[in-house]
Amino acid sequence: MLKYILKRLAVAIPTLLILIIFSFILMRVAPGGPFNSERPLPAQVLANIEAKYGLDQPWHIQLWEYVVGIVTRFDFGPSFAYTDRTVNDIIAQGFPVTLTYGTWSFVLAVTVGCLLGIAAAVRHNSWIDYFAVGTSIGAQVLPNFVMAPLLVIVFTLWLHWLPGGGWRGGQLPYVIMPVIALGTSYMASIARITRSSMLEVLSSNFIRTARAKGLPSSQIIIRHALKPALMPLLSYLGPAFVGMVTGSVVIDVFFSTGGIGQLFTNSAFNRDYSVIMGITILLGALTITFNLVVDILYAWVDPRIRY
Amino acid sequence: MVLRPIRVEAQADPTNVDDQSYLTATKSRSLWADAARRFFRHIPSVVSLVLLVLVALFAFTGNFFAVWTNSEVDWSVLGRVPELGAPSLESGHYFGTDDLGRDLFARVVQGSQISLMVGIVGAGIAVIVGTVYGAVAGYFGGRLDSVMMRLVDILLSIPYMFVLILLLVVFGRSISMLFIGIGLISWLDMSRIVRGQTLSLKQKEFIEAARASGAGHFTIIFRHIVPNLLGIVAVYATLLVPQMILTESFISFLGLGVQEPLTSWGALIAQGASNVMYGTLWQLLFPLGFFIVTLFSFYFVGDGLRDALDPKDR
Repeated sequence: MLKYILKRLAVAIPTLLILIIFSFILMRVAPGGPFNSERPLPAQVLANIEAKYGLDQPWHIQLWEYVVGIVTRFDFGPSFAYTDRTVNDIIAQGFPVTLTYGTWSFVLAVTVGCLLGIAAAVRHNSWIDYFAVGTSIGAQVLPNFVMAPLLVIVFTLWLHWLPGGGWRGGQLPYVIMPVIALGTSYMASIARITRSSMLEVLSSNFIRTARAKGLPSSQIIIRHALKPALMPLLSYLGPAFVGMVTGSVVIDVFFSTGGIGQLFTNSAFNRDYSVIMGITILLGALTITFNLVVDILYAWVDPRIRY
Repeated sequence: MVLRPIRVEAQADPTNVDDQSYLTATKSRSLWADAARRFFRHIPSVVSLVLLVLVALFAFTGNFFAVWTNSEVDWSVLGRVPELGAPSLESGHYFGTDDLGRDLFARVVQGSQISLMVGIVGAGIAVIVGTVYGAVAGYFGGRLDSVMMRLVDILLSIPYMFVLILLLVVFGRSISMLFIGIGLISWLDMSRIVRGQTLSLKQKEFIEAARASGAGHFTIIFRHIVPNLLGIVAVYATLLVPQMILTESFISFLGLGVQEPLTSWGALIAQGASNVMYGTLWQLLFPLGFFIVTLFSFYFVGDGLRDALDPKDR
């Protein structure tokens, strides 16, 4: 097990380094620096600013400083567009928002998706089964950027139940629509995966044996069928997490929640390189870590898997 | 899958001397003809295919029917779009106008072109690069395989949406950059699927026979392995197209995709969505309708192709 974890780490760390170096190089080859404005700065001023941000150093030293800063001090450097703030300040402002509704979406998607999938498989070919299959097909063509405006039309414009945007420190009415818009398509995918794997498990021999022994249905499902049925789901959690992280960009922009996605697109428009890089690396690190944890969990839960 | 009874062709009666038909051999059915028959028997896939053809026709011939061009501003509507910009036949704005008074019909036609093109080019890159990469990795195996696949693993674990946005920010937003960015990532899954298939294919006797008869590696890969992969590649390519369209729409929704006056479904949906509170619902619903119908159709066609071509389900 330890060997497996080490082996996985041996992939994860280079991946992260490649991501950092790649985005660093991209930023350096970009035409136009962060201080190229329509009215060119006097040469001396420009040189002073570049010296302040270390841009006058050779690029390999800049890269080294950047990586060392992140690894040792968790320091992503100063923001280029908002000169009085560091990237850390900006991230610290947006990240809690994204984390709040992201966590809720994830929990909602997993619990509701699992329950729906299990119910659909247990009551195969019933209305709940058709409902689960129907929503999972629908969700494939209703990604978050389609869900979000549709939800606003229904709940804000027609029913006047929920505010169409804003965050207000995460009060409940402001959280509901982002959570639903972000989580629905993943909930549907989870329901579909759970349903098909549950159906497979329920038709296997050991379940027939359990039925033959006369165990009650509920006990068969909870004690016998649940664990093997949920195993394939574990490997979907990684992609689902990645999808939610990227989806949060749309949610932030559409609902103006002020999360990390809004900061990301704002700095993309401002060409605020250090913020874009910081967010890309932070989210990259998050997804890589999450995938690592899921893979290790998978190997731990399913003893048949040995790499 | 339900087992279908094998259809017995009407047998010629050998005792009837006049009937010579029993002398002609039964016409052989190729793998693809078989698959086509199975596909066309599946009604939802056929309906979806027809819908796709209609969307494509709309995208590439719609301009002949448009009264306005996609960048022309209708000054009589400007400023009063919620009242005057609604879809109507007499003004020539079949789909209404957008908030700047531009004809939505022409813009949807143009957006459909971009979105379909992104989908098809993305899937095309995936087919070419992914097939060759996966087939080479799977065929040669060993250290080359593990290095190549480790690279794919690493690329897959990078949150590519952010990298794509990064690329677009750094190199400026343009269609060619969008194609490059989408092409960079689209082939990864395909190469994994192809590699898996190649691994099992290369154990087969006909590959051994080809090797025994002196065929080189290049010939074996391109003459014997790749043609046998085409079925599964076709299925995944069809399922990739909607994913590419989704990716592009996502980027364009954020305003980081194609640039005005060009547009795409994602950009149109974003504009429609942001104006929804002014009561101009058509600005959202027309592009959204095309988007949903196309995605649905691609998924159904993909499913139908999978049923028709997947040898496991036969």
